[in-house]
Amino acid sequence: MPDGNSLYGPLDPAPDAGWTSAGPRMGFFTDTSVCIGCKACEVACKEWNAVPESGFDLLGMSYDNTGALTANSWRHVAFVEQPVPAGHRSAPFAGTPPDGPSGVGPQFLGMPGAQPPGRGTGAAERTDFRWLMMSDVCKHCTHAACLDVCPTGSLFRTEFGTVVVQEDICNGCGYCISACPYGVIDQRKGDGRAWKCTLCYDRLGAGMTPACAQACPTESIQYGPLDELRDRAAQRVTALHDRGVPEARLYGHDPTDGVGGDGAFFLLLDEPEVYGLPPDPVVTTRDLPRMWRRAGLAALVMTAAAVAAFVGGSS
Amino acid sequence: MTTGRIPVGERFRGFRARLAADGVFRPQRSSVRLGHGPKVGAGPADGAHPAGAPGSADAVGAADVPVVVPPRDVPPVARRRRGRGGEELRVPEAEFTSYYGRPILKAPVWRWDIAAYLFTGGLAAGSSLLAAGGQLTGRPALRRAGRVTALGAVTASAYFLVNDLGRPARFHHMLRVAKPTSPMSVGTWILTAYGPAAGLAAVAEGARLLPERGVSGLARRLLPPAGQVAGLAAAAVAPALATYTGVLLAGTAVPSWHEAYPELPTIFAGSALASGAGVGLLAAPCAQAGPARRMAVAGAALELWGAHSVETRLGLLSEPYRLGTAGRLLRAGRLLTAAGVVGALAGRRSRVVSALSGTALLAASVATRFGIFHGGVASARDPKYTVLPQRERIRRRESGQV
Repeated sequence: MPDGNSLYGPLDPAPDAGWTSAGPRMGFFTDTSVCIGCKACEVACKEWNAVPESGFDLLGMSYDNTGALTANSWRHVAFVEQPVPAGHRSAPFAGTPPDGPSGVGPQFLGMPGAQPPGRGTGAAERTDFRWLMMSDVCKHCTHAACLDVCPTGSLFRTEFGTVVVQEDICNGCGYCISACPYGVIDQRKGDGRAWKCTLCYDRLGAGMTPACAQACPTESIQYGPLDELRDRAAQRVTALHDRGVPEARLYGHDPTDGVGGDGAFFLLLDEPEVYGLPPDPVVTTRDLPRMWRRAGLAALVMTAAAVAAFVGGSS
Repeated sequence: MTTGRIPVGERFRGFRARLAADGVFRPQRSSVRLGHGPKVGAGPADGAHPAGAPGSADAVGAADVPVVVPPRDVPPVARRRRGRGGEELRVPEAEFTSYYGRPILKAPVWRWDIAAYLFTGGLAAGSSLLAAGGQLTGRPALRRAGRVTALGAVTASAYFLVNDLGRPARFHHMLRVAKPTSPMSVGTWILTAYGPAAGLAAVAEGARLLPERGVSGLARRLLPPAGQVAGLAAAAVAPALATYTGVLLAGTAVPSWHEAYPELPTIFAGSALASGAGVGLLAAPCAQAGPARRMAVAGAALELWGAHSVETRLGLLSEPYRLGTAGRLLRAGRLLTAAGVVGALAGRRSRVVSALSGTALLAASVATRFGIFHGGVASARDPKYTVLPQRERIRRRESGQV
């Protein structure tokens, strides 16, 4: 029985899709404040899911040579270099003592510095620089436009509340690609079909953690029941605010937002668009009933015009 | 592994050249636009706050208040060309942030086939209505031209649709499901209902060419009534075929398509009527072409009203319809539509003028469809059209206006 919120609004997607014995909805919480940009998630994802090579181009975009989420990159680590006023203590430094680990004096290891740049020289000498890193992924929306518009039934909702493409069904019509408000799902060149993150559906079925979360060395990517992750994320934001990082904010956590909340949500340290995320995405199917009504009206007008053209004249 | 591998520098140059050709990435200006130009260690006076970062002045000196100054984009000015006569009105430039100027959305992977299908699908629908009208009011020239054109156009549509698939051999996977939430699925079933009816109606036109004896004689007698029924069935489905494509485009995240959802079905209905009328003006003698002339006027009115509306009503999201390829196509479509209507009305007694105006109406329909298609694609390629309207929505929501 379809829910009144099937197209828009808060919803538990798996029961809405017809699962009768679905467990809790599973998802990702990606905490970008502890991301170190190692790209282990990208590598682990490729290894596990046998995703073809990509990212061998030098893009000139900081350390980001992946560029974007594509059919061949289901995790994408974004790197943003920002000029930030000197003395600002951004998240990774917040809460740590300003002069490094106590007890041990600095030892010269042949490297340019034994401490992070600017740590030992005092606030006045620090450079105006901040580095943001963020591992982006398919959001597994509550209201997934890609799934709703798929004309073959290739995209489906799993019992974990995630969204997966069946590659043996997809015929490459490309509708999901235009429908995704995040620009995630993409057509693979030379293959023709649409591909995206499956949230490691095969691993989830075996009770395992998705490859990227398993590989993440700093627990920037956390996997678990979505309710639990949302609680944890709220605590983390509060902690960061207390430590003097007021710019920390959650993205995609709110079940009342334009896509009904994301199954994969984020803690960001700047506006979403800085990371290449849309600031206020809305699922296209929200307006679908109105669209069909407008089309019906236009069809009636068209019929009336044709009838009038034949009935109304003398010649 | 290393043998036969392209050197990295080569890949880099190739990639940058490819991006530059796509107009997605403009490396020559990236250092200024993105604020990444000055290397780490450059003092604030050296331009650590890039030229395009208004608001950075507020941040300087606020050392203990963590104010983040994101790199600001200057909207891509170079790509806009001022049109002749200053027709391209410009929306005031607004600042916004993006990730290295990259698009947020994936641009539609649909090639020109889909724009061509928008035209052929509409042409088929308009022709079927024309044929049914001709059938019911005793105008055989309109009936014949309409039915034959409808079959040709729906065949071309099927080719374009299948050809555009990433896996054309799997076209029949569309028939696995019927989903009202997927305009493409709805369209598949509309086409499935329409195609055979239009085909049978057109085949029935050839009945009088069959021999009178034997099985073919039977077909000769049975085909015309079957064609009458099929022609009416095709006409009944035709308005749905002409207008669902508006929902097809609007049911995406492409900003200028989605926000135009009230107008797109109307534009496409008008364009379909006008192109069907064009067929009538081309094929029918002046004595029978009266309804086609009136259909041309009605279709042109809907098309012109709708196109004008999307070019003006949507604020920033109207801009892609006025600039570049889309702007040129839509302007051409408007001129051709006007010329076609004038010709249709003025050429009541001239077969040549009627045929010319019919051609103009068909060309106008092509131009309008491709213009709408290109406008949407352009709006998906520029992050400006994604970020700014969404920011505006947030601002309105926070100020309690929604």
